[in-house]
Amino acid sequence: MTKHRLFWPVVALLALLVGDLIASPAFFKIELRDGHLYGNLVDILKNGAPLILIAIGMTLVIATRGIDLSVGAVVAISGSLACLWIADHPDGVGATLVAVGLALGLSLVLGVWNGWLVAALGIQPIIATLILMVAGRGIAQLISGGQIITINSAPYEWIGSGFVFTLPSAILIALAVFVLASLLVRRSALGLLVEAVGGNPEASRLAGLRSARLTWLVYVFCALCAGIAGLMISANVHSADANHAGLFIELDAILAVVVGGTQLTGGRFSIGGAVIGALLIQTLTTTVYALGIPPEAIMLFKAVVVLAVCLLQSPAFRRKLRRRRTPAAGQPAPTSAPEKVEVTA
Amino acid sequence: MTTLDRVRGYRPRQRHLPILATMALLIGAYIFGAASYDAFGSGQVILDLFINNAFLLVVAVGMTFVILTGGIDLSVGSVVALSTVISGDLMQKHGWSAYAAIAVVLVVGALLGAGMGALIHFFEIQPFIATLIGMFFARGLCYTISTEAYSIDNATIATLAQTQIPLGGELHISISVVAALVVVAIAVYVLAFTRFGRTVYSIGGNAQSAMLMGLKTGRTKIAVYTISGFCSALGGLLLVLYKSSGDPLNGVGLELTAIAAVVIGGTILTGGSGYVLGTVLGIMVLGIIQTLITFDGTLNSWWTSIITGALLFVFIVLQRLVTRGSGR
Repeated sequence: MTKHRLFWPVVALLALLVGDLIASPAFFKIELRDGHLYGNLVDILKNGAPLILIAIGMTLVIATRGIDLSVGAVVAISGSLACLWIADHPDGVGATLVAVGLALGLSLVLGVWNGWLVAALGIQPIIATLILMVAGRGIAQLISGGQIITINSAPYEWIGSGFVFTLPSAILIALAVFVLASLLVRRSALGLLVEAVGGNPEASRLAGLRSARLTWLVYVFCALCAGIAGLMISANVHSADANHAGLFIELDAILAVVVGGTQLTGGRFSIGGAVIGALLIQTLTTTVYALGIPPEAIMLFKAVVVLAVCLLQSPAFRRKLRRRRTPAAGQPAPTSAPEKVEVTA
Repeated sequence: MTTLDRVRGYRPRQRHLPILATMALLIGAYIFGAASYDAFGSGQVILDLFINNAFLLVVAVGMTFVILTGGIDLSVGSVVALSTVISGDLMQKHGWSAYAAIAVVLVVGALLGAGMGALIHFFEIQPFIATLIGMFFARGLCYTISTEAYSIDNATIATLAQTQIPLGGELHISISVVAALVVVAIAVYVLAFTRFGRTVYSIGGNAQSAMLMGLKTGRTKIAVYTISGFCSALGGLLLVLYKSSGDPLNGVGLELTAIAAVVIGGTILTGGSGYVLGTVLGIMVLGIIQTLITFDGTLNSWWTSIITGALLFVFIVLQRLVTRGSGR
């Protein structure tokens, strides 16, 4: 069972939750207030929704051997554009719909741009998306005029902090995207094709797959996910901050995907794993706040937990661990036996 | 086939194309600036580019080593911040002498780099992830040491920061510039003329063949991350000289600026090809854009990031055209 891809991430998540339970039994309390659910567990899901969304998009990109560094910038751009529209056309469901449409439309365009660089020009994904990552915050500031746009629109804020049947709407939106993506990749051949492209783009092209088009598609999907996350984040705080909205979320998302058992080398992926990874990262944050650990320690905490999960998943680490435990077993040395290394400081 | 092409003497000139383009851009930007604004023409503007960007230059040199091996180091911004915080903490709160603090900072930076290198080599964790963990780790350490910025009023630091080295006429440079240029000179020498430098290039070219050829790839890989950590720590110290303060918020996004400078300087992100001098030009180009925008006065600061992005795009496409067909 330890061989299963999701084993260690799930163990880490459960261990963290059990730790929370021991440290503070009230952690798991969920209460119904004004017909809405409240509690730490709900918070984890609700605050983690944008990260979950982006991690889902990122998983597909990484499955094609790519990476998308620009999602944080897309978050900022989408939030800025939507808030700009709402600030000019206050109130009304209509204005919200137009704002959402505009923001998601622009996100699509940005995804097409990334996809064009990667699929058509054949530029390495990490640099191709670096361009938008660097320029994107400038574009977001251009849209927002360098100001933090604050808005006041009940229909728009529903996206971030509304409720449906006692459940936060953000959770439901993330869930819907998750279900849709899972169905698409597991009930159709799409997932298989994506894995084929990630496994060997050239071979799959020769085998008759339109790998360029598939690559293009995953970047567009990823940008769309980031666009929705951007709406959610700005709706949640009732404002758009071009500088700080979604800052470093690309790194959190990549961590979530890797923690969830998807290798950065592409070929095989697990959307469920990415969701678990995102939940793990969000649980860490919530735990730090709930247990009264100084929030400064969040990053240190994150680094240590992610390092542990990455090491446990690393075949090289397990090999070395096993060798140490059974020194007499005389296992064949791994082919990539590292030579003695002197660390020169 | 590529070897044949190289023998015919065609590739090397093409390989220099991105660097030549960067140089042309730099000269063009300078002439444009000098023609538009009177004060721009004085040589001090160019020297100020070095003075303002000395710390970034040192960080980017370390990044060049890592990228030449085909790796990446996302931790540099956090390590820069950590250096400023540690030196602030040791000197302001614990009353250490400046030199002792500098030594500690440099050792911490190198050790962090070595740790990430060890994760990458021994446990085969991808550089992107290992240095991402390093980034969170270093930034987390910053905040646990202090959430506030330190204002540093150490006498030695003040002297080092204020010393100006006259270059004749009205021109002068700072100690940081000298330090940065020394780092650049050492890096150029190491990469061009030592066995270690050749191993760095060959790992970037093809790590597998390099290992099969009997090169010490593991040791070299750990060493380049150690160098990058050391350079980031040194960069942090130069930033302390520049700002006379230590702040856990320093260097956010610095890794991207450094990577952008390396790429604009003509180094290819898959490794194996590029020059430290290209990185110097890359830093200068980014610096001169910033200066032009400041001189103009009507453009907002966000144009810096948009123009940097556009430049990245141009240079990446240029590199793509240059390397097309050479199998990269």
